[in-house]
Amino acid sequence: MRLGEAFASALAALRANRLRSALTMLGVVIGVGSVVLLVAIGSGAKQQVERQVEGLGSNLILVVPGRFSVGTAPSVSRLTLQDVDYLGRVVGNRDTVATTVSSGEEIRVGATARYVTVNGTNENVPRVFDRPLARGRYLTRADVDTRRRVAVLGSQVAHDLFGDRDPLGRQVSVAGVRFRVVGVFAEVGSTFGVSRDAEVHVPVSAAQRLFGVSRIDALAVKAPTIASIGPLQTRIVSALEQKYRGEKFSAVTQTQILGTIGTILGLLTVVLAAIAGISLLVGGVGVSNIMLVSVRERTQEIGLRKALGARQGDILLQFLIEAVLLTTIGGVIGMCLGVGTALAADRFTELPTQIAWWSLALASGVSVSVGVFFGVFPARRAGRLDPVAALRSE
Amino acid sequence: MTGPVGPAPVVEAVEVSRSYRLEDVQVTALDRVSLQIEPGEYLAVLGPSGSGKSTLMHLLGLLDRPTAGLLRVDGRDVAGLPDRQLAHLRNTTIGFVFQSFHLLARTTAVDNVALPLVYRGVPARERRRQATAALQAVGLGHRLGHRPVQLSGGEQQRIAVARALVGAPRILLADEPTGNLDSRTGAEVMSLIESLNAERDVAVVVVTHDQDVADRARRRVRMRDGRVESDTR
Repeated sequence: MRLGEAFASALAALRANRLRSALTMLGVVIGVGSVVLLVAIGSGAKQQVERQVEGLGSNLILVVPGRFSVGTAPSVSRLTLQDVDYLGRVVGNRDTVATTVSSGEEIRVGATARYVTVNGTNENVPRVFDRPLARGRYLTRADVDTRRRVAVLGSQVAHDLFGDRDPLGRQVSVAGVRFRVVGVFAEVGSTFGVSRDAEVHVPVSAAQRLFGVSRIDALAVKAPTIASIGPLQTRIVSALEQKYRGEKFSAVTQTQILGTIGTILGLLTVVLAAIAGISLLVGGVGVSNIMLVSVRERTQEIGLRKALGARQGDILLQFLIEAVLLTTIGGVIGMCLGVGTALAADRFTELPTQIAWWSLALASGVSVSVGVFFGVFPARRAGRLDPVAALRSE
Repeated sequence: MTGPVGPAPVVEAVEVSRSYRLEDVQVTALDRVSLQIEPGEYLAVLGPSGSGKSTLMHLLGLLDRPTAGLLRVDGRDVAGLPDRQLAHLRNTTIGFVFQSFHLLARTTAVDNVALPLVYRGVPARERRRQATAALQAVGLGHRLGHRPVQLSGGEQQRIAVARALVGAPRILLADEPTGNLDSRTGAEVMSLIESLNAERDVAVVVVTHDQDVADRARRRVRMRDGRVESDTR
């Protein structure tokens, strides 16, 4: 029997039992669809986080106390504002050192209040990070030195508090203390529905008084060239560890952060795919089950085909192809559904998704293999049926 | 030693037995039966149910293997042949007609008839041509695209006869071919089988318990308790 004809007759057999074939496929459709969709969600999250880390600015070195690792709580900082000048001397240019101390605070204008991240920073932020302004000015060195109560608002904050009014020169109350708005950031977008435009920058000196602390959380240094990043990292860490005996410091680059985040989100993606894979497995068991029923129902047909000259292999192939067709068609439908849902989610919801081509290849490969794996057992049983017994069965 | 006169038998059984184990009881369905079927012969196997006539037909049709004895098809011992070669012999040498027709319900008449050619690797167009010719030969040239459920019992059995003959077998094995038909339709089907026997040099073995059907054959083998009781020409 030719292979092409075997496919045609298998297709006819599946069409003869449309409802049953469709229900059997459904398991595979859901399995493959969820593999594609969940992997797209994982990849989308990874891509977005990577884009944002890259968006921090180029040649960036982040200096934090303790050992850097994503997912563990940061060490208590002993860094102070003097370390900006100290690091400035270490790297040879004070203008490339930015700092931050952050806290969640309430910001209020009249009766409108929002809870936002307040970052105490210095005047070097626009040079070190890529953070363009929509209007007004950023903080100056004089603002920091004189602890001036001025603030630069994120675009979301500005919109929430002032609507269409111009916020420049107006007063806002941060944790009960009045600040004057001097600038508004350009919009940068959101991560997982959390807006990065919901933050407020104030002079670090003013922030320390506001929060009642004398520490700073972290420092950021912009290296002049890519080649200077490595030596600068070592120099910064050894200088700080010399100053603070017994303390550990880390100087990490975007590449290192990306690597760590990439590993975590990659693992997440694999776990999601594995969970979806289980439903694919369940779908495969359904295919096996239905094929066994089909073999039993068609015992007489098998006996007749054998009497007319079908070999064991012909019968085995016939049922195997039916099983593989079931899972392959189900796989294609599942892929279309998965891709469609992922694209729709990307366009119409806050959930970023990215179709991973490897997941499509994997899903199609797996759905064919599931058909072979779960089809072989019923197909072999069909091929080995005794023709006399098969013909007699009623 | 002198050889047999004339051509070799199409199928020859020498002292064949077939026994089963049914819940620890040995049942002998066929007990040392010898039978020669010559080319173009018309033979009826008669006997009550349980006499072993169906078992004999399954052995002659290579659907089953004897537990003892020798079975030759076209002079060739089939005892040691693997499954795929038995399948090939069934496909090329033997045609079957069953009491309950055994047509594929969702398949058209012409595709039902073409089925044996599928396993012979005949291309679709040629299959269709030969199947159409076979259906015309049994008087159903106008029913090519009909499905079995759309046809009468007599028509269905004629499709089955066309299917048995499409591959030009040497022997046609018919197991109670009129069992599911009324006597007039049954007689028509028998006439058809007889005309094909006469025109195409196909040996015909009809297994039946109907004396009227058996009386039409030129040779009658009567079976009882797994043995040949009489063999008359």
